Amino acid sequence: MDGAAEVRGESRIRPPREVDVLIVGAGPAGLATAARLAVAGVARVEVLDREQHAGGVPRHCHHGGFGTWTHPLTGPAYARLLLTAAVRAGAVVRTGITALDWAGPLALNTVGAQGPETIRAGAVVLATGARERPRAARLVPGTRPNGVYTTGELQQAVHLHGQRVGTRVVVVGAEDVSYAAADTARTAGAQVVAMVTELDRPQTTTARAHNARLRHRVPLLTDTTLTELLGHGRLSGIRVRHRDGRTAQLDCDTVVFTGDFVPDHELARRGGVVLDPGARGPAVDGALHTSRPGVFAAGSVLHPVESAATATREGAHVAAGVLELLAGAEWSRPTVPLLVDPPLRWIAPNRVAPGDEHPYVLRTATVLHRPILHVVQDGRLLHHEGLRTAVPNRTLPLTARWNHLVDVGGGPVRVTVARA
Amino acid sequence: MTVTANGPLPSRSYDVTVVGAGVVGCAIARELARRPSLRVAVVEAQDDVGQGTSKANTAILHTGFDAVPGSLEARLVREGSRQLAGYAAESGIPVERVGALLVAWDEEQLAALPHLAEKAVRNEYGDAHLIEPPELYAREPHLGPGALGALHVPGESIVCPWTTTLAYATQAVRQGVDLHLNSPVEQVGRRDGTHVLTTARGTLRTRWLVNAAGLHADTLDRHLGHDDFTVTPRRGQLIVFDKLARDLLHHILLPVPTALGKGVLVAPTVYGNLLLGPTAEDLHDKRATGSTAEGLAQLREKGARILPALLDEEITAVYAGLRAATDQDDYRITAHPEQAYVTVGGIRSTGLTASLAIAAHVTALLADTGLDLGPAVDLAPVGMPNLGEAYPRPYQRAELIAADPEYGTLVCHCERVTRGEIRDALASTVPPRSLDGLRRRTRARAGRCQGFYCGAAVRELFEEARTGT
Repeated sequence: MDGAAEVRGESRIRPPREVDVLIVGAGPAGLATAARLAVAGVARVEVLDREQHAGGVPRHCHHGGFGTWTHPLTGPAYARLLLTAAVRAGAVVRTGITALDWAGPLALNTVGAQGPETIRAGAVVLATGARERPRAARLVPGTRPNGVYTTGELQQAVHLHGQRVGTRVVVVGAEDVSYAAADTARTAGAQVVAMVTELDRPQTTTARAHNARLRHRVPLLTDTTLTELLGHGRLSGIRVRHRDGRTAQLDCDTVVFTGDFVPDHELARRGGVVLDPGARGPAVDGALHTSRPGVFAAGSVLHPVESAATATREGAHVAAGVLELLAGAEWSRPTVPLLVDPPLRWIAPNRVAPGDEHPYVLRTATVLHRPILHVVQDGRLLHHEGLRTAVPNRTLPLTARWNHLVDVGGGPVRVTVARA
Repeated sequence: MTVTANGPLPSRSYDVTVVGAGVVGCAIARELARRPSLRVAVVEAQDDVGQGTSKANTAILHTGFDAVPGSLEARLVREGSRQLAGYAAESGIPVERVGALLVAWDEEQLAALPHLAEKAVRNEYGDAHLIEPPELYAREPHLGPGALGALHVPGESIVCPWTTTLAYATQAVRQGVDLHLNSPVEQVGRRDGTHVLTTARGTLRTRWLVNAAGLHADTLDRHLGHDDFTVTPRRGQLIVFDKLARDLLHHILLPVPTALGKGVLVAPTVYGNLLLGPTAEDLHDKRATGSTAEGLAQLREKGARILPALLDEEITAVYAGLRAATDQDDYRITAHPEQAYVTVGGIRSTGLTASLAIAAHVTALLADTGLDLGPAVDLAPVGMPNLGEAYPRPYQRAELIAADPEYGTLVCHCERVTRGEIRDALASTVPPRSLDGLRRRTRARAGRCQGFYCGAAVRELFEEARTGT
């Protein structure tokens, strides 16, 4: 290896390149932002993606459920549609380019096959998405055999690379993404031995849960924890424990850890952007402003995770704020923190200003039967809203109708579950 | 250059065969490679070098300040530490001399610090000194409350254990040593002054035999009729925290050993993570490299006291390694001249640090037992791919990317590993035979996503290289 000294200087040879808006991440949120900005006439809109192909997670979601009721699409088709829209509108989408770190208030160091480059922008949008927590991050004990996947890796292995997976698969989780993982495993010719969830019910539509159980005969083990991975070399099985203390061993050669999403917030953190302690993504207000002036955030990095449609809508929404900034609007505006109390886990956006119109999304840690949410500031009830039964890992919506009542000189606004 | 992983072993007899391709076995092979008149082999049970204790440890390059003064271990750690630091610098093995702090959390530990400082002096290490809480907290602002003082050992360093083992093996193989993988030794006989090893891949003959079988050194020793020591596998579970935690810590935080045993350490890694561990569990099963709920809970509890903010960070990996503890408090390196055999047993957690000195010591013992080493040559230097954050990685090197764009094409995003590095590893002298082997050579898939983004793409590159498509 050559010495350290000679190298560092060289990467700054090229002067920074200027663009109007730099968007990091070419998933649904990033592409939608780019399309909207370019349509609105912003000349130099550039989207970077570190992958070799644009589209984000939908690239490898070969199931339906994307697009609209009238125009349903698979994930890859949806990704192509968004990419085409952005490029036709005049945005530049560059793949195989990694945004490494900040080079100034609104500048990023990047690298790709063409070498390093610093890009400076009038506004930056972080649309870096979210990933599933892998086995280690969930502290699942046992050996470290082959055959341990997340949904993201499984879908890419099967749909993008045509790789073989094992023959007997256990899916950990019972939310939408878990059922998608089970479908992918079946596509690859594997038998789904069981699905396992610590909760007392599946966290998907009744139709989907029934379909898996009755048509595909996949047993769902509720109230069940995965306690150990077994096997040297290849996975040979897993141990599970039911809430009532019973234990069992399931023979399988593949296990897929699904859900438990965490934002990919590295760039945000390296830029000193304040994070929301609940969602762990950048804290933003209704205009999707982060704490760093000129830096916006949109998509699953804010709320791990919502649907691609939500991310797309958010892209359009963040574009409006970017346009205002480019037109000379003030960045800073008074906001107060928006917090949730247990059993609610997080809310996004998580700062609030009067006049914010963007609807909120929340998550709960426990099942709530027809809950009533209270929005309170300094003991003052701003809003209450009854919801349908809320289940962990599924979206809980909350309107923004109440926020003209917020006192920006007051304390934090809290969302709580009213006692029945 | 010969590395074999299947098929029958060569029938021609070797002069010296080393059993075990861990860091110690590979260091011995490298030292013997300097003697071109010797025909040398390494036989390894697993499919890669460094697959036992050498891959799952705390990755610390020790000064030897706390060894048992006067012991063989103390001398070899002292010598080996200096040698490895020099070797690492010339071979591109990442090392960071971050220094260690032995933090005292109670009066008993505080009272032990001066004795440790004296012990360091007896081990010819003069730089250890006591520091008071204000300096301790100035050095480590994120340290949990309640520390009473510390012993500062500035020479303690962190190192890449995988690259070290691989560098030794690479040099040895390039110089003509045969490395035979997937060859667990099942029996040892002796015929006409020659050892006959029965392995899973057939027999192998050798005039001299070196036992560097790590956890299995006692078993091999018994095959040769000795009953000198017993290896008790001591399991150490470790938690690797996200790189975003790296700034929480500047030094290695070592526990103060007391009558109640050793605590856990928190240390940076050369890859830019923080490491918490190890547990110390004496077991009987030499394959018990699994983590346990109790072990992980215990580590998190101790970590919360030492560095509270650490527990808020994401966990990147969990692993468990087995150290070769014996009933004696020193290495068990013994020459058996009548058998043309040297046992290198009981190399505990200091084996990485001492490896080069152990190799020189063992080579001298072989000469004492009658092996004619022949003339020595200098080995061609080896330049290992850099896995460390303190040195420029390929993606940071504009001139390298300009010459070959593959070094600007990132595949593993969390660890910023390029296609160029993966390609190089797959075509290297001692190539990986599994995705885990590729990870240890490049860090691909070793990051926070553990393959969510890149796992399938990395597997694709690996399979392409293996099938030659």
